Amino acid sequence: MADGPRRRLRWRPAHPVVTAFAVLTGALCLLPLMFVVYIAATSGWQVIADLVLRPKVGALLLNTFALLGLVLPLSVALGLGLAWLIERTDLPFARFWSWLVVAPLALPAFVHSYAWSAFMPRFHGLGAAVLVSILAYLPFVYLPIAAQLRRLDPALEEMAQSMGKPPHLVFLQVVLPQLRLAIMGGALLIGLHLMAEYGLFVLTRFDTFATVIVDQFQSAYSGPSANLLGGVLVLLCLMLLGLETGLRGEERYARVGGGAARGRMVQALGKWRWIVLIVPAGLAALSLGVPILTLGRWLWAGGAEIWQFEFILPALSQTAVLALSGALLTTLAAIPMAWLAVRAPSKVQRWLEGSHTYVGALPGVIIALALVTITVQVALPLYQTVATLLFAYVLMFMPRALVGLRTSIAQAPVELERAAASLGRKPLAAVWHTTIRLAAPGAAASAALVALGITTELTATLMLAPNGTRTLAMRFWSYTSELDFASAAPYAVLMILFSCPLVILLQLQADRPERG
Amino acid sequence: MLVLDGVTKLYGGQPGVRDVSLTAPRGGRTVVVGPSGSGKTTLLRLIAGFENLDAGSLTLSHRSLCKAGQSVPPHRRNIAYVAQEGALFPHMSIGENIGFAVPKSDAGRSARIGELLERVGLPPEMIARRPHELSGGQQQRVALARALAQKPDLMLLDEPFSALDTGLREAMRDMVGDLLAEAGITTILVTHDQAEALAFADHLVVMRAGSVADAGPPQRLYAQPADVETARFLGEAIVVTGALENGVAHTPLGMIAVNHPDQGRAEILVRPEHIVLGPDGAKGVITHRAYRGAQWRLEIKPDADVPSIIVDVPATVEHQPGDVVFLQVAGKGHVFA
Ligand SMILES: Nc1ncnc2c1ncn2[C@@H]1O[C@H](COP(=O)(O)OP(=O)(O)OP(=O)(O)O)[C@@H](O)[C@H]1O
Ligand SMILES: [Mg+2]
Repeated sequence: MADGPRRRLRWRPAHPVVTAFAVLTGALCLLPLMFVVYIAATSGWQVIADLVLRPKVGALLLNTFALLGLVLPLSVALGLGLAWLIERTDLPFARFWSWLVVAPLALPAFVHSYAWSAFMPRFHGLGAAVLVSILAYLPFVYLPIAAQLRRLDPALEEMAQSMGKPPHLVFLQVVLPQLRLAIMGGALLIGLHLMAEYGLFVLTRFDTFATVIVDQFQSAYSGPSANLLGGVLVLLCLMLLGLETGLRGEERYARVGGGAARGRMVQALGKWRWIVLIVPAGLAALSLGVPILTLGRWLWAGGAEIWQFEFILPALSQTAVLALSGALLTTLAAIPMAWLAVRAPSKVQRWLEGSHTYVGALPGVIIALALVTITVQVALPLYQTVATLLFAYVLMFMPRALVGLRTSIAQAPVELERAAASLGRKPLAAVWHTTIRLAAPGAAASAALVALGITTELTATLMLAPNGTRTLAMRFWSYTSELDFASAAPYAVLMILFSCPLVILLQLQADRPERG
Repeated sequence: MLVLDGVTKLYGGQPGVRDVSLTAPRGGRTVVVGPSGSGKTTLLRLIAGFENLDAGSLTLSHRSLCKAGQSVPPHRRNIAYVAQEGALFPHMSIGENIGFAVPKSDAGRSARIGELLERVGLPPEMIARRPHELSGGQQQRVALARALAQKPDLMLLDEPFSALDTGLREAMRDMVGDLLAEAGITTILVTHDQAEALAFADHLVVMRAGSVADAGPPQRLYAQPADVETARFLGEAIVVTGALENGVAHTPLGMIAVNHPDQGRAEILVRPEHIVLGPDGAKGVITHRAYRGAQWRLEIKPDADVPSIIVDVPATVEHQPGDVVFLQVAGKGHVFA
C-alpha cells in the first residue's frame, strides 16, 4: 500500500486477514463437536456400551421421542389453525390475537413451567411437559406460518378455485404445500428447544437428556456418564437437523412472476365468527393468563418483603454486565464471518459459515460440558471463570448475531468501501469506517437479541458460572427450586420486562419479505 | 352466452366497475379494451367470482351466477381464468399444473395432458419441469393449456400476451384463437392494446372509467364509434367540425360525404387512411415526417383552423418538411350523434 497512488486505486479486499479471523472463530465453534468426537473416541466400546446401553438411557430416549412426537404435531396443528384464523378469516380483532399468540415468547420457558407448577402443583409428568412446551414454544411455528400465509400469491388460490376446487381442497393442494418450509423450519426450532431445555422439564418433573445431564454434572461430577449422554443428545439433535434437511429436499417454491397482488378474499366465518374466538382466547388464557395470575398472586402475597433489593440489584447488575459484554463479544466475533458471507460468497465460505451456525443447534448443556472438560483438562486456570462463561455465550448465540449482521452488511453498499480505499485508507480501516459504521444500527439490534438471550439463559450459566455469580435467572431458579415461589416472582417479572422487546422485534421481523 | 346486466363494483365508494351491461355471444370472442385503470380486470374478476357484485346480475347459459346477495362460488362456475402472469403452481410440475383440474381417476388423463402440451407448442420433455424453469412465454402457454384442460364453459383471458414480445405475441394470439374456436369455447379477452383488440374480436367492448363507452362489431366501432374518445382510442382520428347539409358536411378540410340526414353543425370523424394528397383540396404544410418502412408518416398542418393531422403515404412518394400539399377526403366521414 505504500508504493504510490496507482496501487491504492487497485484495491483488493482484505480477504487474508478477515478470512483468518473467520477461520479462527469457525474453529472455536467446532470445539463442542470435537469434544463429542473426542469423548466417543477415547471412551472405548466397553465404557460406551456400559454407560449408554442402559435401561435409563432407553427411558430417556422414550421420553424424548414421546415429547417430540406429541409437541411437534400438536404445535404445528395449532399454529396452522391459528395462523389461518388470524390471517385468512374475518375473525374479530385478528391483529390483537396475533400479538397475543406471540406474546408468550416474553416468558422464558422455565417461567412458564414455574407458573404452572404454582398454579397446579400436582400437574406433572409427560402431560404437563407437553402442555407447557406447546404454550412456551408455539410462537416459533406460528410466526413463520403466518408470515408465509401473508406472502402467498392470492392469484394461485383464485386460480385453483376457478379450476373447480372447493376451499378445503385449495387449502390442501395449493396452500399447505407452499407452507411446508415454514412448518418444518418452525418445527425444527421447537424440536431443538425441547432437546436443550432444562428448567421447564425439571419443574414439570419430566426427565430428558438435558435434565439428567445437568443432574449428574451437579451431583458428583460424574463426568464420563454425563459426557456420553451428551454425545447421545448431540446425535439426536443432528438427527433432527438431518430429518428436516431431508424432508425439505431441494424444493424451491419461488413465486413465479410478480403480478400486482390484489387484496385477497377473507373467508367469512358466518355464525362461527364469535364461536371460534374460543381458540385464541383459550390459548391466551393458558399461555398468558395462568402466568399473569400466578405471578400476580405471588407478588400480592409477597408484598414488599419479596423485593429484597440488596439481592435484586446485584443480580440485575451482574446480568447486565454478562449480557452486554456477551453481546458485544458475540457481535465482534461474528463480524468477519458475516462480512465474508456478504462480500465474498464461495463454497469455502459456506462451509465456514456452516461451522458457525451449527452450534446454534447444540443444547447449552453440551456447550457447557465441552467447555468444562476442555478447561479442566487443558486450561485449568480458565475453569469456572467469567471468560469461559462468556465464551459459551458467544458459541450459543453466534448464529443469532450472524443473521442480523449479514442483513445489515448486505445493505451497506460495497462502493463506499472502495471509495474509502481509493482515498487512501487501509483496507481494514476502509471496511471499518464505511460498512461497519453503516451496519451499526442493524448490528446493535442483533446484539440486543443476543443480550436478551443471555438474560434468560439458565442451563449453561448454572453449569459454568464462577462461584458467587447470581444472575436474575440463577436467583429465580434457586428460589423456585426451594419452592419459594413468592421470592422468585420479582426475578420473573424483571426477566419478562427485558424480553418484551424481543417479542416486538420478532413480530415486526416476520412481516418483512424474505431476502432472496 | 354470458349476460351482464347493470354490474357494479365499488372500492371504498369509488367505482371499479359501474353499471356495465354486455352480452358475450356463445362460442364467440369478446374483447374488452380500455386504458389502464378502466376496470377491465375488475370486470373479469367479477365474472370469475373472485369478487362479489355490489349491484347487477350475471348469467351464464341461463344460469344465474350472481344476483342480489346470492353468489355461486368460483369453484362451481366452471369458468377458466388466465391471468397476466400465468400464476402457475410453483410446487407442481408442468404436467401436474396442466392436469390440476382433471380428476386423477380419469382414464385418458396423462394422454390429454400430453396432447394439450403439444397443442400449445411445447416439447413433451417439459412435462416434468417446474414453472421457474420456463420462460415467461412458455409459462403463459402452460397456463393456457391448464385452462383448456378444464373444458370450461367460459374462458377469461386477462392480458395473457402482454408479457411477450411482438412477434411471439401475434403467433400466440392466433394459436389461442384457433384452439378456442376449435373447442367452441366462449371467450372474453381483456387488453389495453387496440390493435390486438381489433385483431381478435368478434365483439368489441370499449371501457372507460369503469363504464362501457361503446360495444359492437369491431368494424362498426372503428368506423362509427359512439364518441370522440372511443374514436381516438381505437386508432388515429381526425375530428373536424362542420355544417351538415343533404348528406354532405362542409368542413375546413373541404366537403365530406356523410351518412346522416340531419342539418346543422356536428363533429365529424375522418380516419387518416381516407385522406389523400391530391392536386387540389384543403391546403396544408408538412411539418414533420417519419420513415416507417412501407410508408412515410407525415404530420401536416392545414391552413384552416384545425389541429395538425397525421397521414401515411407510400414510401415511394418523396415529401419534404415545408412542402405545401392539398388534402382531400375520400370515402365517408362519420358524424358523432
Ligand atoms: N382491490 C382494490 N381495491 C381498491 N381499488 C381497486 C382494487 N382493484 C381495483 N381497484 C381500482 O379499480 C379501478 C379499476 O381497476 P382494474 O384493475 O380493473 O383496471 P384495469 O382496466 O384492469 O387496468 P390495467 O389495464 O392497468 O390492468 C382502478 O381505479 C383501481 O385503482
Ligand atoms: Mg388489469
